[in-house]
This record gives sequence, structure tokens and C-alpha cells, in this order.
Amino acid sequence: MKRAAAWAILLLGMAYFILPLLGMVEFSLSMKRGVYSLEAYRVVLADPRFRETFTFSVVMALLTIVVGMAIVVPTAFWVRLKMPGLRPYVEFVTLLPLVIPAIVIVFGYIRLYNTSSALPLTGTIFGTNLLLVFGYVTLSLPYMYRAVDTGLRTIDVATLTEAAQSLGAGWATILARVILPNVLVSVLSGAFVTFAIVMGEFTMAALLNRPAFGPYLQLMGANRAYEPFALATIAFVITWACMGLIQLVTRFSKHDKAAR
Amino acid sequence: MTFLSLSHLEKSFGPTRVVKDFNLSVEQGEFISLLGPSGCGKTTVLRMVAGFETPTSGAIAIDGADMVRLRPNARNIGMVFQAYALFPNLTVAQNVGFGLKVKGTPAKEIAGRVEEMLDLIGLPDLGGRYPFQLSGGQQQRVALARALAPRPRVLLLDEPLSALDAKIRVSLRNEIRAIQRRLGITTIFVTHDQEEALSMSDRIVVMHQGVADQVGTPFEIYNTPATRFVAGFVGTLNTIEAEVKDGATGRVALAGTEVVLHRPMTGDRVTLGLRPEAVRLGQGSCELGLSGKITEVDFLGSVIRLRADLGGQSLAFDTFNAAHSVPPRVGETVVLGLNAADLMVIGA
Repeated sequence: MKRAAAWAILLLGMAYFILPLLGMVEFSLSMKRGVYSLEAYRVVLADPRFRETFTFSVVMALLTIVVGMAIVVPTAFWVRLKMPGLRPYVEFVTLLPLVIPAIVIVFGYIRLYNTSSALPLTGTIFGTNLLLVFGYVTLSLPYMYRAVDTGLRTIDVATLTEAAQSLGAGWATILARVILPNVLVSVLSGAFVTFAIVMGEFTMAALLNRPAFGPYLQLMGANRAYEPFALATIAFVITWACMGLIQLVTRFSKHDKAAR
Repeated sequence: MTFLSLSHLEKSFGPTRVVKDFNLSVEQGEFISLLGPSGCGKTTVLRMVAGFETPTSGAIAIDGADMVRLRPNARNIGMVFQAYALFPNLTVAQNVGFGLKVKGTPAKEIAGRVEEMLDLIGLPDLGGRYPFQLSGGQQQRVALARALAPRPRVLLLDEPLSALDAKIRVSLRNEIRAIQRRLGITTIFVTHDQEEALSMSDRIVVMHQGVADQVGTPFEIYNTPATRFVAGFVGTLNTIEAEVKDGATGRVALAGTEVVLHRPMTGDRVTLGLRPEAVRLGQGSCELGLSGKITEVDFLGSVIRLRADLGGQSLAFDTFNAAHSVPPRVGETVVLGLNAADLMVIGA
């Protein structure tokens, strides 16, 4: 009896999540009357703005991951190794983007880095793109930091660092050859979440007026009927592909079974 | 000539002085053990030599060169850790070759050295394995090979046997000592296990509350402890209070019997130390025969440890097990034989 109730609750929960998705996919396939077709997907994929915005967001996402890793991995490593007392404060700071809305952050950026400021980043396309990457890094901080910190928790950072030092390694070598490979699965988890966030982000890209995938989704949603659902399905597949990759990387990590 | 010298080394963490005026001179190729209980400062001394801690004051020199200002990665000192500290993402061969790779050694040379090191530790076929595929003893052997591969000037061993089970600990300590002798590498070994220190070392530094209480060969440390702490910490020691009858000649009254120790002493009373193995059951050819009542009998297999009451003072002693000789029973009165030369006068 208990087992049946558990199954019923599980199925109900699954239906709650899956039915809207099925509705969305079904609608995206209904552009031609009376038959299911991929017409909405064909229209979307043929749209040059789709390719332009999608490519832009992919590039931004990759840059965000690289910059985020370059900031988060050494910071989390240093805090854990040398300043463990600061950990709660650093964690608090990294969680701030969850409570401060993106619109507040981006308005702050615009105010600080406008064309009449000391550092007029918004004055050029390159500068604005740079600002957007930093904004994305900020948004991804809670996920990236947490993922890396969790990874560092699974290894004896202090002893491994000292072992590497006694073998002649400097800080860069320790980070690149000892720490990073051992938290790579965690870093990649953070990276895939970051990728998914950046691909769908609207507020920052729209307010900084950059041709990203998020504003394109919104634009299509406001003007078309079936295409937005096709785009939403594509965005959803990207997100789930990222989640799947996290699982895959975890499973195929050779030394992951290491007794640490 | 001194190869490694630690002079007036001090280390404080906040208001706590962990190491106090520590001095040690180590010859090239010597095996030195830092022995002491937890918190005595032995690991801190080792970490200062490695460069992981900066001394509050004092000097560390290797072959005359000052080490204090050098970063740990510039000291060329190998270290083996209690927790193995093998890099989980690298194979055994990559772990062993890590130090050489960092130095920029050509790949062919690294491969040769790795092979040599794996042969040295008796694991020539395990180069392709990951650390998690090895036992604790094998991991520690690999850690030793990794530390030795870059040809360090000094080898530091930080309780490398503590995490291993008893049998492997004994076999590995013999291996470590044999390898150290073969390579002739100057080694500092930190342990709280007196048996390890006694069996492996050329000299032992017994540490207590941040101070080196005594530095000496295992024989000296065991047989002529300099302080009450050393006497109590290294081996089992009976401490017996005796009355000083004549301080000039060292004549004392022990459990109603007078003994001349031929050592001048001051005061009315003196504390004497006596190892359990120096006491015999029955006077036999011993100088002294003291009467005592058996209070405890512990059968330990090859050895029987007994405890007797000597006029209110407890004395533990050992006798070998003999299949046809029944040990005395609790409450039985026996004669205990001992020689005056075995009685140690315990200092402060």
C-alpha cells in the first residue's frame, strides 16, 4: 500500500513537470494545420538572427566560464588553504547575486562604466561585451564557487599542496597540475550550469543592448506564435544537454574513485 | 662535519611557544628521529625544516647555506606525509616523476629514474596504476619513491607509518631504513612510537613541551635517560623512591636494603629508575635480593609481566615464559634480584 502511494506521488510529480513540457513541444510541432511538422524549427534555424544571437551567447558563455574559473578556482583554493576563517564571508559574497536582481547589477554597471565615467566600458562594443562577461561571471558565482568549493572539500588541499611544494612546484604548477585536475569534475559541473544560465539570460544582455540569445527569445515571443515554443524547446534541450554532460563527466572521470 | 644545522630555533603560534630554543646538528647520511608525545613540537620542527612554517627566530642551514628565507619549493628537501598525499589524478609513475617533471628533466631521463625508484621500493610493475588501486603500504612506498626521485639533499618523514596496520608498519620501517642506508640520505623522522624510533635511528631527539630533552643514540636514550620525562616516555620504567643515607658515596636505603650507587647526590630522598627487564625472579647471581609480594600477573605469551609490592612501592618486572615453570601467584612472597648498576638516578 505504502509502495503504491509512493509511486502515485512520484507519477503525479513527474506529470506536474512533464505535461507542460509536452504541451510546449506539441505546440511547437503544430505550425502546419492538421499535421505535426518541424516547420517552426525550420523557420527559427533559417533565421540569421538566431544564428547570430546563438553564436554570440555561446561565445559569451565560454568566455564567462574561462574568466569565472580563473577567478573562482584560485580564490576558493587560497581561502581553503590560507584563510579558512574567511570562508563564510566569501560564501556570503558569492551568494549575493541570488538576492540582488540582475537588473540592479546591470544598472550599477551602466552607472559606473558609462561614457562619462572614468572607465567608459559602455562606449565601445568590446568594452560592453567585456562588461557583459563580468556580469555573467557575477551571476554564475553562486554555482561556480559552490561547485569548486565542494570539489576542494573532497581532497586534502593542504597536504597535496605541501607535497607538490616539497617536489619543487610553484603556485601556478600546483593549481594547474594538482588542484585543478582533482576538482575538474566539480569545475565542469559549475561550467555547464554557467553555460545554461548564460544561454538564457535576458536582463543584462537586453539592458546592455547586446545581440544575445535571451533577448532574441523574448523578441520572438512577442511577435510570433509557434517559433517561440520551438526556441524554448531548443533552450530546454541545451540546458538538459548540459546536465547530461555533468553526469557523463562525473561517470568517466578515471581517478574519481580515488580514496581521498 | 655538520650537514644540517638547526640553531636556537623558536616557533610561536600567537602567545603559545611551540618550539623553544631547539638545537640540533645532523651529519650527512644520519638518520635522526624526533620522538615525543602529541603536541611536543616535533612536527613543527620538521615543517620549519621543510619550509612550511617560518621560525619565529633561529637558523636552519643545510651544508652551510641558510634555508629560512628559501621557499619550500626551492629547498630541495623531500618529504613523506602521514596521509601519503599522492596526487589522485596521476598514476604511480607520474607521481614518482612529478618532481623531475617540475624541474624540466627530459622525459627519457624521467622514465629511467621512475623505473629505478619503482625497483627500489619493490613495485616495478605498478607504474600504471592510480593511487586508489594501491594498498596503504604500497601508497606509502610510492610516496617515498616520489620524495626520493628528485634526489633531495634531506629526506623528511612525518609519521609515515602511523596510518598503517601493525605488521606492515614493522616491515615498512625496515624497508625505509634499508633504503635510507643504501642511498646514504640525511633523514629526519618524526614519530611518537618509541619502538620505531629505537629500531630505526642513528640518534633520537626526545622532545617534550617544545624542548629537546635529550639527544642521543637509542642505547643512550634507553639506558641513561637524562630527564624524568625521557625515562618515563621511552620504554617502561619503574620509579622507586629511596632514602639517601650518604650523599657523597651515593649510599641509599631501598625497601629496607642499603645500596651504594657510587654517584654523589643531594637531599634526603632520591628517585631511582629501574627497567622491568633488569629485575630477576629470585636473587641468583644478582647483588641485591629484595623481598616483595606479587600483586599482578599478566601472561603476554613469551613474556610474563609481574608486579610486586616492595614495602609500599610497586615494581613491575618481566620473566620469560617457560612451559614447565609455573609463574608465581598473586599474594605470593618472592625474592627479586637486581644489580645496583641497573638503578638510574632520575633527574628533574
